[in-house]
Amino acid sequence: MSKQSINLYLHVHQPFRIREYSVFDTAINHNYFDEPDYFNRHNNERIFHKVADKSYRPMNALLKHLLNTHPEFKLSLSISGTFIEQARVWAPDVLEDFKELVSTGRVEILSETYYHSLSFFYSRDEFERQVEAHRQLIRDTFGVETKVFRNTELAYNDALAQWADEYGFSGILAEGWDPVLEWRSPNFVYQPEGTQNIKLLMKNYKLSDDLAFRFSNRGWPEWPLTADKYENWVADALKDQSVLNLFMDYETFGEHQWEDTGIFEFFGEFVQRWLSQPNRTFSTASESIQYNEAVGTISMPQTVTWADSERDLTAWLGNDMQQEAMRYLYEIEGDVLATNDIDLIADWRKLQQSDHTYYMCTKWFTDGDVHAYFSPYQSPYDAFLYFMNALRDLKWRISAHSAQQSEDIRG
Amino acid sequence: MLGWELPPHNSGGLGVACYHLSKALANEGASIDFVVPYAAPHDDIDFMNVRSATHFSPIHKFGMGAYTTDTTTVKGIPVEIPGVPSSIREVQSKYTQYIETLVETEQYDIIHAHDWLTAEAGIRAKELFDIPLVIHVHATEFDRAGGESGNPLIHEIEYQGLMMADRILAVSDITKNIIVDKYQIPAEKVEVVHNAIDTTSFDDTYVYDKRTYTYLESLKNDGYTVISAVTRLTVQKGLTHLMEGFAKATTKHEKLALLLAGDGEQRDELIRLAAKYGVSDRVIFAGFVRGKQWRDAYSVSDIFAMSSVSEPFGLTALEAAHHNTALIMTKQSGVSEVLNSIFTYDFWDTDRLANQIVAIAKSDALKNSLQENVLREYTRVSWADIAKKCLNNYSAPSHEPAFEGVYA
Repeated sequence: MSKQSINLYLHVHQPFRIREYSVFDTAINHNYFDEPDYFNRHNNERIFHKVADKSYRPMNALLKHLLNTHPEFKLSLSISGTFIEQARVWAPDVLEDFKELVSTGRVEILSETYYHSLSFFYSRDEFERQVEAHRQLIRDTFGVETKVFRNTELAYNDALAQWADEYGFSGILAEGWDPVLEWRSPNFVYQPEGTQNIKLLMKNYKLSDDLAFRFSNRGWPEWPLTADKYENWVADALKDQSVLNLFMDYETFGEHQWEDTGIFEFFGEFVQRWLSQPNRTFSTASESIQYNEAVGTISMPQTVTWADSERDLTAWLGNDMQQEAMRYLYEIEGDVLATNDIDLIADWRKLQQSDHTYYMCTKWFTDGDVHAYFSPYQSPYDAFLYFMNALRDLKWRISAHSAQQSEDIRG
Repeated sequence: MLGWELPPHNSGGLGVACYHLSKALANEGASIDFVVPYAAPHDDIDFMNVRSATHFSPIHKFGMGAYTTDTTTVKGIPVEIPGVPSSIREVQSKYTQYIETLVETEQYDIIHAHDWLTAEAGIRAKELFDIPLVIHVHATEFDRAGGESGNPLIHEIEYQGLMMADRILAVSDITKNIIVDKYQIPAEKVEVVHNAIDTTSFDDTYVYDKRTYTYLESLKNDGYTVISAVTRLTVQKGLTHLMEGFAKATTKHEKLALLLAGDGEQRDELIRLAAKYGVSDRVIFAGFVRGKQWRDAYSVSDIFAMSSVSEPFGLTALEAAHHNTALIMTKQSGVSEVLNSIFTYDFWDTDRLANQIVAIAKSDALKNSLQENVLREYTRVSWADIAKKCLNNYSAPSHEPAFEGVYA
């Protein structure tokens, strides 16, 4: 493929946030996620409606328009299971919009864990169950098969690539992190170390983050970013290179960068400008892999993610609270599954959402530079408190279950 | 500088704050005459000139400390005892008379007065010396009254002082809001200057002595978590709510103990309350503590609670942080504005308080995170920064209401 191609991938996700679940609820009220007060900041429904209005509805309309106008426009999405569950109940029209996008045949859905979890690092069995559950959900919802895998938070290492290769995925996504790439460019397709067939697509974090993080930052020397300027940067990056991987949260459009920053107009104009020349195109993740040969092998024995300047897992698993929470959570896997109680198992899985431990991150908290916008809690300590209360309740339910079962046997 | 007390002749945090502020100002090159309303040696103070306005002994000995609010001490009792002031008003009146005598011999650039106690003297000094008046608010009568109406005479003096001041310094946003909302002072006249802690004032040779609170140590060995409050036992401090929250917490986690170090008029009520909640066996009243007992009270604690209904700043929280405790404090405590790694709750929200106590008691990871992270935060504000802020305010223009025209 001689054309210069952009592989745009947007991540769609909403977690079930834990309400202010108190020690007085524990062992009494088993509802961890549904905050009864609609106007409470932990109310998942209210947050979903807010983001739907600010981001999902306008961005889907824009994507639909671009797909209708430009036959060459394509993109990939990953949509978490918890997002789809919420959209079904609270905004079915948003889910219909996504189905319509997928039905054009030019929007690919990627595979991931149903519960947006970091289970790969704790339980391979549970991880595979969640990947399977997600594939089934995507089949049922969109009628398509997933072929390319992206792990939660783009957390990637060689072992994950080897797993995905054996599992039959044709491609996998990772951060294009300089210490890994060294002199190499992220704008090519690679092969992960120790794999047979799978190919690796690496995020061009500079051009991705120009949109995701810097677009509206008035302190940025390049502000304001125009479609014209960005087009030049992208064209430069793709000179003699094959594919530009722009990976970011879907909510970049409208939620992280608000409508009044001009992000929607910018994006529409950029797509139009990019496609105004015949040697340029967009490609889905599968096409990017199909049309490009791997130019070399990349090894990442250490886990790399797409977060923060460290690009590691410390935002989720860096402090003692996070590690303790995860240890307790995965410790009870066997007991949880043994109950065969689907509600209990679903609650346990919702507690695996990486968002919970992210809210417990203290990395920048003491400097006052908080991950505040992304956290519904007053502090990381509050996030830990509510999580642990919910987890204790889950344990209580497990023991109530086994007490019930032994009674049944005796009875 | 018009003060009321300096260590060691102090009844609380006002004297400590004045001491460190003056020292830092002197370091910045200010020369200070510090007036106190009593006669007592301050031999360790060489960075400023301490002047005695009266021949009385340190005033807190007469129950007229910086926190006085009850009517008898303010109005006075009609008994004349030589050497004993009949009321705080008598002390204040003598204080002002002394300031009047200074005009003969002294020249100053600025008057810096602290709280309502020296507000009148400050107003008089502004008049006589014809120089700007800065009033530093460490607590208002609304704080001292702990949600009750307070003493109308003190309110009146406080209001006059705030009206007459050219600049006002408030120790927290909470205090500034009270000044602006309750006294209708224009917000731009008030600057927030948080207090700090001077860690060099702690004795470096201090080593925690486990024998001081042997009983609590034995409970800790048995897996108990110790919560403490080091405070005057008075309505402002919200201790009845603390007791209720503690009692609720024990229903979810048995191995908890509460140490109340301090004394005050609420002590008997709190003892009765502990019995009523059925937690008397885990509530320890240590009485007023000083020196080693005071520091050991922090050291024995896993959690330090500041339960104040209204706390303009709350220096003890920084002292507690220095001794490696996890902090829980009310959102009504000013010190919460300078710390991040803490739990906060509204003073009446005892469910939330209980939740936080239980969470820390049940998780070492949470306890250690809170303790370690707050250690990196509690010294972020320094007295040198505060002195610089004060100097800026000294040279700031007086507040003149903008002319808005005449509407006929």
